[in-house]
Amino acid sequence: MKFFNSFLLTALLSFIAGIYISYWWFFAVIAFFVAILIHQKGYKAFTAGFLALFVLWFVLAFWIDFANEGVLSAKIASLLPLGGSNWMLIIVTACIGGLVAGFAALSGSYLRSTNSKKQI
Amino acid sequence: MRIGPFIISAVITTGLIYGLNKKWGTIPPIGKFLSPQFGVWQNAESANADFATALKFSGLKDKAEVYFDERLVPHVFTQNDEDAYFVQGYLHAKFRLWQMEFQTKAAAGRLSEILGPGKDTSILNFDRNMRRLGMVYAAKRSVEETENNPESKAACDAYTAGVNTYIENLKESELPLEYKLLDYKPEKWNNLKIALFLKYMSLDLAGPENDIEYSNVKTVFDSADFDKLYPFTQDSLDPIVPKGTVFPEPTVKVIAPANADSIFSAWKNSTVINDIKSDKDNGSNNWAVTGTKTQSGAPILCNDPHLSLNMPSLWYEMQLHTPNFNSYGASFPGAPSIVIGFNDSCAWGFTNAMRDVRDYYEIKFKDDSKQEYWFNNAWKRADLHIDTFKVAGQKDFYDTVAYTIFGPVMYDKSYSGKRATNDRYFAVRWKAHDPSNELMIFYKLNRAKNLDDYKAALPYLSCPGQNCLFADKRGNIAIWQQAVFPAKWKRQGDFVMPGTDSSFMWQGYIPMEENPHVINPERGFVSSANQLPVDTAYPYYIGGHHDLYRGYIINRYLRNMNGITTADMQRLQTENYNVLAEFALPVLLKNTDESQLSGDEKKFLDIVKTWNKRNDPGEKGVTIFANWLDSVEVEIYGDEFSKVDGNFIWPERYTMVEALVRDSVYIFIDNINTPALETTADVVMAGFKKAVPVLLKAEADNKLEWSKYKDAGVRHLLRLPALSRYHLVVGGGQNIINATKDFHGPSWRMIVQLTDKIEAYAVYPGGQSGNPGSRYYDSFIDKWAAGKYYSLWFMHPSDKLDRKAKWKMTFDKL
Repeated sequence: MKFFNSFLLTALLSFIAGIYISYWWFFAVIAFFVAILIHQKGYKAFTAGFLALFVLWFVLAFWIDFANEGVLSAKIASLLPLGGSNWMLIIVTACIGGLVAGFAALSGSYLRSTNSKKQI
Repeated sequence: MRIGPFIISAVITTGLIYGLNKKWGTIPPIGKFLSPQFGVWQNAESANADFATALKFSGLKDKAEVYFDERLVPHVFTQNDEDAYFVQGYLHAKFRLWQMEFQTKAAAGRLSEILGPGKDTSILNFDRNMRRLGMVYAAKRSVEETENNPESKAACDAYTAGVNTYIENLKESELPLEYKLLDYKPEKWNNLKIALFLKYMSLDLAGPENDIEYSNVKTVFDSADFDKLYPFTQDSLDPIVPKGTVFPEPTVKVIAPANADSIFSAWKNSTVINDIKSDKDNGSNNWAVTGTKTQSGAPILCNDPHLSLNMPSLWYEMQLHTPNFNSYGASFPGAPSIVIGFNDSCAWGFTNAMRDVRDYYEIKFKDDSKQEYWFNNAWKRADLHIDTFKVAGQKDFYDTVAYTIFGPVMYDKSYSGKRATNDRYFAVRWKAHDPSNELMIFYKLNRAKNLDDYKAALPYLSCPGQNCLFADKRGNIAIWQQAVFPAKWKRQGDFVMPGTDSSFMWQGYIPMEENPHVINPERGFVSSANQLPVDTAYPYYIGGHHDLYRGYIINRYLRNMNGITTADMQRLQTENYNVLAEFALPVLLKNTDESQLSGDEKKFLDIVKTWNKRNDPGEKGVTIFANWLDSVEVEIYGDEFSKVDGNFIWPERYTMVEALVRDSVYIFIDNINTPALETTADVVMAGFKKAVPVLLKAEADNKLEWSKYKDAGVRHLLRLPALSRYHLVVGGGQNIINATKDFHGPSWRMIVQLTDKIEAYAVYPGGQSGNPGSRYYDSFIDKWAAGKYYSLWFMHPSDKLDRKAKWKMTFDKL
């Protein structure tokens, strides 16, 4: 449940922040605080953060690409170069968002975690 | 807290963000660039995008409405003229902001700021070239002149306010794609940028000069031979002003310095190559026919300017409607007004005059400090301008340019432009340096009602020289070669001139009334296609370099055409007939001895023998013909020109063809490196045999068909293939009415029939949106390539509910 909540909260708040806050990386701050708020073990926090932004960016990019009928993604995917594949561009996009959010969430998790091994 | 892992993880996170927020070489800041809510995804415009919107701005005087048709052409309706220019500025920025800024940055020599110095400092050199030519200097003088005129000042101020209103309301996510790619932001627009843009056009169009190249050639050939290579006129010339016209006595008398010829012969230069010059085929076609030659009884006006084919396009199509004027046509994103188009009463268009208004003078400085130069028997102080160049990723670069009485010393010890040598000083005198207000010719033409208004608009065009075409509903047609042209003595300014005194300076200017012009001629048509405007009876020296065959074939068609319709004009404007071949091919074939040809050679000869002399996309004959002629040219001139030290320019193709057609013994046919006396047959055969390997290669690559061989395209301004359209199936070419070369050609094809209700057609190779993520980015290209046209909707205020008005954008006063 914690995993799902942090996933959902990160994705949702990141989307809202993207509308009102003019820093593309602000979702990292959100992922970080969500991981503090809803504490999970490192790998879980990372995965929740990663998936939150991976899914958010994937869905957004996919939706935009669908509405655009792939006009731009084909061009950008040959500019970058990803062989002109819009799917590759969407996946690369999603991975970048996921990676940053994952590490931000991991940082949040480490910040709050008590050193469990020592306590045992 | 687990401090160690936390620090590691936090460092990785911030490092990632930092790395993804930064441009690495040519790689954009990939995180910012790919963020779906900020980056390039935001430029992916929905295929069903809705352009209808209601806007409120403080810069407006009154309400304004814009109706977009299904091609995204805006029809702008305002209550006063200033608002029309405000809205035009806003729309130009909305759809074309990046190119407007990029082109004005190029004009101002500021590309290094965004692109860095480039490979082998090529971009920095481009910038230095622009500044040294005095582009900014010229633009600043032009702004002063423009702002002295209340009408042009009001238009520019409103336009600038419109552009800035768009920029100020622009969110980061809405930045055009190229800004995101190169990671920079637009700066505020101003009237200087409008002037810079217009100077950029002047440079593109008033660039034809070969002073240094001709000077180099002159060291090898005497005056008589030089005149044979670069003659003053041509046998098949069909000039703009019909042959046999009697010209009045010139009112400006010019006297050539007595030592002119000896000085030109004493020129010495040393080897350097390559130069930043405009395409020498920057030209155009335009013509108008009177009602006596048309089916409708109304005049038809046609124009297609041939320029570099870029994306986003140089042109933006639109209609401006105010209580004072109603004008439709192609506008320049970067300047107010319609440039080529029509209004309720008349239509107008332009082709390039190709006259030489840019000359070089050799300056003698006292020493390398360039502070004083010798002029009229005294040392005169030069103005030293220090130009600062911001260079992305490097420290600033400083360049000192000396300004003399002639103009800036463009080439000196620190800058050769890969054209001059680094041990001499060449100052440039360019007509575009003089204060002028070119915008007013468009402003006046947009409002012109009759022939008198047209004539009143012309004097504002000072540079570049244009063949200004006009037709009105009353049935008038006219063409006027207009600019403030220096009156030159024969060959003045064809070579670099001495700058040590005033004797070689321009002595006066040709009055407008004495510029070549034709009004309502008996033959029922006027036309121009960059050919010489007049025959040798004209009392002033023309200079420059000119096309020949397009004008010749256009006039031949127009003479023979009657009952002309707009469909006929569409066919004529896209005509692929190769009249050069009509002259040259018989000479080539006559001098070919088939018995001396191998199997492959015979095969190609048979193709070219049965060729229909059309540059249609699928023809193979034209590829063979073009290569054959190229190779004959080298056979004829190669030996003589190999002695020229430094840059040079080949004689025009028609000069060689006319010499061969004349069938006299053309002295350059003989190869000076062999004891034998070569004949026409020798060079024709040798040329053919040397062309065959090129043709075999093309055949092996499946590129013998003309459109594949020529391989035309429309390139993005940054030359990025992903944002360009390559490999278009189009015919035409050099010397053809359909003047489409590889990346150069008809940039706006327009046909206007001046019936009571105007009937107009046009197309350009691009699209209304400059956004590569929009379906309107390249939506006209296929139609253009196929030689087809759009019927233009000259919207009337009563059409506001018409279904053709697809989206409505309203502007309200805030």
